Amino acid sequence: MTRPMRSLVKPQFVALALILLLNWILFPGFFSFFVRDGRIYGSLIDVLNRGAPVAILAIGMTAVIATRGIDLSVGAVMAIAGAVAATMVGDGTPLFIVLMAALGVGLLCGLWNGTLVAVLGLQPIIATLILMVAGRGIAQTITEGFIVTFNDPGLIFLGSGAMLGLPTPIIIMATLAVLATAVFRLTALGLFVQSIGVNESASTYAGLRSRALLIGVYAFAGFCAATSGIIAAADIRGADANNVGLWLELDAILAVVIGGTSLMGGRFSIPMSVVGALIIQAMNTGILVSGFPPEFNLLVKAALIIVILVVQSPLAGRIWYFVAPSRERPPDDRPSRTTATSAEGGPK
Amino acid sequence: MAEPLLSAAHIDKSFLDNKVLDDVSMDLLPGEVHALLGENGAGKSTLIKILTGAYTHDSGTILLEGRPVHPRDTKHAQEMGVGTVYQEVNLLPNMTVAENLYIGRQPRRFGLVDSRKMERDAHQLLARYQLDIDVGAQLDTYSVAVQQIIAIARAVDISGKVLILDEPTASLDQHEVDVLFAILGRLKADGMAIVFITHFLDQVYEIADRVTVLRNGKRVGSHPIQDLDRMELVKMMLGQALEHDEAMRIGKARQAGELYASFRNYALSGKAAPFDLDLHKGEIVGVAGLLGSGRTEMARLLFGIDRPDSGELTVAGQKARLREPRDAVALGFAFAPEDRKIDGILGDLTVRENIMIALQARQGWTRPLSQKAQVEMADHFVKALDIRTTGIEQPVKFLSGGNQQKVVLARWLATNPRLLILDEPTRGIDVGAHAEIIRMINALCDQGMSLFVISSELDEIVAYSSRVLVLRDRAISGELRGAEITQGAIMEMIAAQHEVQPL
Repeated sequence: MTRPMRSLVKPQFVALALILLLNWILFPGFFSFFVRDGRIYGSLIDVLNRGAPVAILAIGMTAVIATRGIDLSVGAVMAIAGAVAATMVGDGTPLFIVLMAALGVGLLCGLWNGTLVAVLGLQPIIATLILMVAGRGIAQTITEGFIVTFNDPGLIFLGSGAMLGLPTPIIIMATLAVLATAVFRLTALGLFVQSIGVNESASTYAGLRSRALLIGVYAFAGFCAATSGIIAAADIRGADANNVGLWLELDAILAVVIGGTSLMGGRFSIPMSVVGALIIQAMNTGILVSGFPPEFNLLVKAALIIVILVVQSPLAGRIWYFVAPSRERPPDDRPSRTTATSAEGGPK
Repeated sequence: MAEPLLSAAHIDKSFLDNKVLDDVSMDLLPGEVHALLGENGAGKSTLIKILTGAYTHDSGTILLEGRPVHPRDTKHAQEMGVGTVYQEVNLLPNMTVAENLYIGRQPRRFGLVDSRKMERDAHQLLARYQLDIDVGAQLDTYSVAVQQIIAIARAVDISGKVLILDEPTASLDQHEVDVLFAILGRLKADGMAIVFITHFLDQVYEIADRVTVLRNGKRVGSHPIQDLDRMELVKMMLGQALEHDEAMRIGKARQAGELYASFRNYALSGKAAPFDLDLHKGEIVGVAGLLGSGRTEMARLLFGIDRPDSGELTVAGQKARLREPRDAVALGFAFAPEDRKIDGILGDLTVRENIMIALQARQGWTRPLSQKAQVEMADHFVKALDIRTTGIEQPVKFLSGGNQQKVVLARWLATNPRLLILDEPTRGIDVGAHAEIIRMINALCDQGMSLFVISSELDEIVAYSSRVLVLRDRAISGELRGAEITQGAIMEMIAAQHEVQPL
């Protein structure tokens, strides 16, 4: 097999193809689509459209996880951004300002998380848990406890409109994925993020602004969450502070992990995380269209996830190493990342 | 001589191919304080871990009161009579003092823990240590010194024959040390054997009856303390190769260039006493001193990792401030830290990425180095420094220690630094790479770079230094220049008696 071919045969692509194939077997009309009013309809489009919010969350989550962090608050930030957008648009604020405000609030949430992690040195899981819990409260305060609905066609367009024949969420997701990948790969930012995830103290010693980078990464995750929240609100034409984005942070984390980015930080791939999100959505859609009772959903999902993770596990890597000895050695245990202490052993 | 209470005979221990203890023997007599000394990596903690059952030895015997014993784990060793108190007190900070003293062996009544009896016992136990505290209070409400005494009380109560103290005084002040030593004196009078690990020579002379010195996994010797003056003791710890001193001197003929960086009255409380330091172009300043003398602390200050409480810095005639390493890099400083794995290499990243990261960090994220430039740079340094790797895309964690060190050096050389700070540049690397790194240090200096090199290897320091700073108790205690630089002179300075109180 030539090198480029081999790089295409990633377990994620195999998994996605298998799931789509399974969907097709269960529901023969799965791959069919038709065009009406210049817009494409079909189950595949539906997977992309429904998967967009989680995929957008996963884009931001990828960067956070690459720094060996995690962001549990993205679901709650979705709710806040949705609440801000719905409330403001209901007050007759121009759409542009509404969007800036909602995205700005997302950024602020991210800055808050980033500050807790980078400046106060809280563990990311705890730091973001704070906003995960408080965020829905904030969102409820904004909506004053109601489900705020709206009829602004501009905002609704972001959730259920279409551009170039495709639903708007797909366009937004693709744009964001391409832009983010470009920024991380065409500048040195991607390397810096990885470097911090691999060894923060060594990165700081090498002259990186570790704190600023960490804060920036969480801010980016907040921005992505707000984008996702706006789409989710626009889709249902209202802000439901209690339910929008509920548990989606876990789907986003899962998407990143399925995409092959390790929770231990380091190497990351935004496109693969998007693929991970689509794998999750393909499973959800497949179970729905196949007519199985929805309670199967969670079980099937869990089983599939186990399979995917086992395939990617270090154990499988080691087995693969013996089967195909030409490949690179599987990674050993990484050195533990302790904070910078001098090894002199003397009193501090 | 009395029968030894605990004796270790001909202990060998290897980790994979790395022999960390080689035929080490040590006897502990009842009623003695036995100091166990040695630099980092000498094998002290491995020996202790073997005596306390945390590690198993490969060969050799351990005799407790004349009978061979095989401690399975630390609990087993404790039950046999060997207790340990580590530097970082290994108690439970969020439980009460009494619970800490009796955890795992609480007095019971009707199947339940009898808290009242436990607290009464705890109070009585601590009274023997002149400690009258509320035993129902949480442990972490007390100072480290009190916690240390509680840990000792627990260890003595459980074990009662041998007490091993691993750097017990590291975080204590002078008064607390006095209290601790008074307690050790009484335990000694009760016939306990005490092993005392420390880096403070003054304390060794104050409390120890005998010393055993380890170096590189071998026993250098065991002597009664009164038979050993400080000079001899330091020699035993650091090794002696005094014969070929002169022949190895490369640094002495060198003429230092103009002043590059000047640190004035730099200080950080608890880490570095105020010091003045001038670094010239084309000069190698060697830094010697025992472990804990403040060498690494000084390097961290020079590179902006820690911020000084006071002090001024002038670089090339300009006032400068170091708030973070980034500022130091911008000034043309570079730092290869002592612990490569923790602070140096980016293990999962490739050789290429590890080499280009510092230069890229200085350029900023918006101006990425082209792939071509990165590959050229990495290829150049792999060749120039003879870095043994399967390719520049190999993750650096798979390289040997010496090659990892070269990668860290290459990272800094790529930034074309004017001041290179090296903390133990040759630690843990093989002989071949060792010589190459020393050659490199000299070559860089000849190109006009200013170097600040910390090393425990005195022969090395003597070989390349233009001048040598000797640190003791977190202060510069002396400086040697030119022909004064010999291993003997350095050791004498390290061993010199205190004239002033430490910080």
